[in-house]
Amino acid sequence: MKGEKKRFFQIFLVWTLLFCPVTAFAHVKGGEVIGLISGLKHPISGLDHVLAMIAVGLWGAQLGPPAIWLLPVTLPMVMALGGMLGLMGVPVPSIEIAIAVSAMVLGVMVLIEARPKLWLAVLIVASYAIYHGYAHGTELPPGGNGLLYSIGFVMMTGTLHATGILIGLIHRWLAGRMALRLAGACIAMAGVMFLWRAIL
Amino acid sequence: MREISIIRISSFLTVASLILPGPASAHLVTTGMGPVYDGIGHLLLTPEDLVPALALALFAGLRGAVAGRRAMFLLPLAWIMGGVVGSKLNVTSAFPIPALSFLLLGGLIAADLYMPAAAFTLLSILVGLVHGFLNGVALNEGAGLLGLIGITTMLFILVTLVSASVVSLKRPWTRVAVRVAGSWIVATGMLMIGWAMR
Repeated sequence: MKGEKKRFFQIFLVWTLLFCPVTAFAHVKGGEVIGLISGLKHPISGLDHVLAMIAVGLWGAQLGPPAIWLLPVTLPMVMALGGMLGLMGVPVPSIEIAIAVSAMVLGVMVLIEARPKLWLAVLIVASYAIYHGYAHGTELPPGGNGLLYSIGFVMMTGTLHATGILIGLIHRWLAGRMALRLAGACIAMAGVMFLWRAIL
Repeated sequence: MREISIIRISSFLTVASLILPGPASAHLVTTGMGPVYDGIGHLLLTPEDLVPALALALFAGLRGAVAGRRAMFLLPLAWIMGGVVGSKLNVTSAFPIPALSFLLLGGLIAADLYMPAAAFTLLSILVGLVHGFLNGVALNEGAGLLGLIGITTMLFILVTLVSASVVSLKRPWTRVAVRVAGSWIVATGMLMIGWAMR
């Protein structure tokens, strides 16, 4: 009798655990916080991305109008295009190398205070933005909300760019111009380091 | 023996109550404060609807006070009409339709494109009808028409505040900031399409 009771309770316990239901939140949205926070964190999680985005802002400030406002309008859209290519599974080769080279080239542009034609400046920034967007767009953690991840990473990228422009406003003073060139040199050297790591 | 049958009945009841499913809160945010607040919460917490509404308000603000006034009345009206139609139907689409609103409205803001009054009126109605329709379909299983009233009330307030704020911007860089926000909206729309095609 006692053994029968014990066996019954064992079976009862197993079945109870098996049937323990999860609330059926059919279609309900999930992972909003994970998505948004991951999106906000991703652009600042790698120094290569941070430096490249700030370099674009610094260069835009050196170039002045209209580049100073054209670049921040263009950059997020081209980055998103890169992200879209990544999400659609279009293979883009040598992402890490291209990101490292972008930091190097943009750093040099700031260092030498390059003033190419506007279309060329936009082309240089846009071509590297595709690689940065590609790297960001494909790295949503499991369970995260894709839309909020996208909003988060676009916002943070824009904020980094704006930070670069704000720092670049020191360009109006002679000492500020020298400091910007020095910053460009540092970014270019960091780019060389990233390239070294990417190749090895 | 009697003791065992009582245990069996009680365990059967326990298992049966555990098997009972929870509510299927499909699509909607439930605030617990009634359908009108559910609608308000739905709009504020759903970027697929909130961002296009804000984008239209930003674009209206860039186009001036007249466009702002049109948007603040036309968008909620069209939204509620689309919602009523949507609540009668049950249509779903695998393609993220709001992404098109992101691309269109964000692009218009980023380009600061001039638009004739008639075209702007048509745009406001179109955005309202499409998003209202999608909301109406979603509200079928939840807050219903009262939820739709909550959404449109909130829309009116948001569009009024945002478009009026943009109209009041005087310094050139502030208009550029609005255009940058537009480019962010386009970028997000492109990624939405990317997620859908993944």
